[in-house]
Amino acid sequence: MKLDVQHIKRILGFVFLIGFQIGLANTWTVCSNCENSSIKETILRAAPHDTLLIEKGTYKEFEILVDKPLVIKGIGYPIVDGEKKGEIFRITSDDVTLDGLFVINVGVSYTKDNAAIRVVQSKNFLIQNMVLEQLFFGIYLEKSSHGKVYHNRIIGEAVDEYNSGNGIQLWYSSDIEVAKNHVQGTRDGIYLEFSDRITISDNVSMDNLRYGLHFMFSNHDVYTRNTFENNGAGVAVMFSKFITMKNNTFRKNWGTAAYGMLLKEITDAEIVGNIFEENTIGINIEGSNRIKYLNNDFIGNGWAIRVVGACYTNSFKGNNFLYNSFDISYNSKLNDNVFEGNFWSSYTGYDLDKDGVGDVPYRPVKLFSYVVNRTPETIVLLRSLFMDIIDFSERVSPVFTPDNLKDAQPLMKIRP
Amino acid sequence: MLKILKYSFYDLIRSRWSYVYFLFYLALGFVLLFLNNDVSKAVITLMNVIIVLIPLIGTIFGVMYYYNSREFTELLLAQPIKRSSIFMGQYFGVAGSLTLSLVLGLGIPFVLYGLLRSNAIFDFSLLLITGAFLTFIFVGLSFVIAISNENKIKGFGYAVLLWLFLAVVYDGLFLMSLIVFEEYPLDTFSLVATALNPIDLSRILILLKLDISALLGYTGAIFKKFFGTDLGFLISIAILLLWTILPILGLRYKAGKKDF
Repeated sequence: MKLDVQHIKRILGFVFLIGFQIGLANTWTVCSNCENSSIKETILRAAPHDTLLIEKGTYKEFEILVDKPLVIKGIGYPIVDGEKKGEIFRITSDDVTLDGLFVINVGVSYTKDNAAIRVVQSKNFLIQNMVLEQLFFGIYLEKSSHGKVYHNRIIGEAVDEYNSGNGIQLWYSSDIEVAKNHVQGTRDGIYLEFSDRITISDNVSMDNLRYGLHFMFSNHDVYTRNTFENNGAGVAVMFSKFITMKNNTFRKNWGTAAYGMLLKEITDAEIVGNIFEENTIGINIEGSNRIKYLNNDFIGNGWAIRVVGACYTNSFKGNNFLYNSFDISYNSKLNDNVFEGNFWSSYTGYDLDKDGVGDVPYRPVKLFSYVVNRTPETIVLLRSLFMDIIDFSERVSPVFTPDNLKDAQPLMKIRP
Repeated sequence: MLKILKYSFYDLIRSRWSYVYFLFYLALGFVLLFLNNDVSKAVITLMNVIIVLIPLIGTIFGVMYYYNSREFTELLLAQPIKRSSIFMGQYFGVAGSLTLSLVLGLGIPFVLYGLLRSNAIFDFSLLLITGAFLTFIFVGLSFVIAISNENKIKGFGYAVLLWLFLAVVYDGLFLMSLIVFEEYPLDTFSLVATALNPIDLSRILILLKLDISALLGYTGAIFKKFFGTDLGFLISIAILLLWTILPILGLRYKAGKKDF
């Protein structure tokens, strides 16, 4: 019996060992003083669908080509140092996962857009928990789709626009989810060009030189619950259609040429439930049609909304305009946009029938903002007594501002 | 002169109007800070009040004091005292007590609400300095008007008109010329036009120090380039000083020539 028990134990141990080896057969451990000390070489040796575990340490490598489906996972944030020599990771295969690496020192080039991680024509990739610092471009997705960029931290030190890159850039990509990333100190935090059906949610994009989020020729994209703070402009949406913008926060994009949101040649978008707080210009709108602005809060901006030209059939409903220096600036006499049921903190009308809607229409365009649009130098009269007086008289009987630009049903109480 | 100054000053300090003026600023400061509790925001609101009210009160107070103390002035003139020191004493007495009311009235609530610990202290002191300048300028102008007009109604009328011109009409003309000549480069013109009016100059000086200056756009950038530098700041202080000294010289000249 005794012999039998030992026999069984031995067999069990053998089975266990084999099982363990089969389980590990596809896992490669990379560390600085073990057999596989280089990420690049280990990738060459690995078979498709293997896992690479990168142990803690510093790996001075660049132009690491990932050309087969692999999971590359860092343990305790190993550092991959590109020593400013060029691109660091280049993914050209489908089904690649990058997880938990600390990538630094991307080479700056004036002829190539070097990125910390570049994904080329791949599908089903997952880039998560990465930390990228000292970068040129951060994550560059090129003609890729169905991937996910999740919970990364990208911290640049951009000083000038001409020699800095974007945090996350999508070029001719589609069906990608960008979520819970933190991008700061780059040129554009997140940049989309010719990229459709992208979902961008819960990201924080701050202190970027140019835009927090930038759309160019990209359609059917959604961005929700993001925070854009202290960028050159929070979000720039240009030449795009069917963009949905919900529940984002635009804060402190403050400066002589700063905007919360910049819209140019946009159609059929929805802007719902966003908060615009302390921006020089909350939303700057140019050539944008059929856009719905619903339930947004504009708090303490210089201009809440500045309409520059050629904007038709837009509707502004249920927004709160609180303590902005100018609620709306408008440069033409023609108005085709609807303002209805908004709350205006500078509304002074009354509500005799107590239905919560003011009985006197509110005219959001001040004469001063009209004059400033015409002759920008007149802004030096900001906050002078004379301007207050003529603003008041214009409000009583509009002469210069479009007569039908008014909110006929201003709310008496702030929308909660 | 110092004796007369002291007399005028104490006379005003003891008078009800100084207290009312002081209490007004005290209440204004407390209410503003109570309502938004943010020192730097309160500075903006305060600026609106200061650039309109200080000139108005300075003008009216100056004219009123001159006409009211006319008999006493005549009594003093009969004494062996230099004419200029009589009028200078009265002028500095009035302007000094008004400035004191302003500084104390606004200073106390702001200090209590933690001005010294906030970084708005520089903006606030600039506010008080320009306020003091405006007081001295407008009291001086009103004294000159009062001494040139025997008729009280006329004197009052001119003084209020002067305030109206500098506070409102000037900006209107400024705006008109900006719009009429909008085809031309207007940066230098608007710089000069602003510097020539003490009320506009104070407004721009304070605005440029505040966050709100971002609203001024590229015109603001030009202004900031001029007023934001040490040289620009010195020039604007020099202009305010000039505005203060000119009425004083006018007052001395008029006082020396006038036949009482």
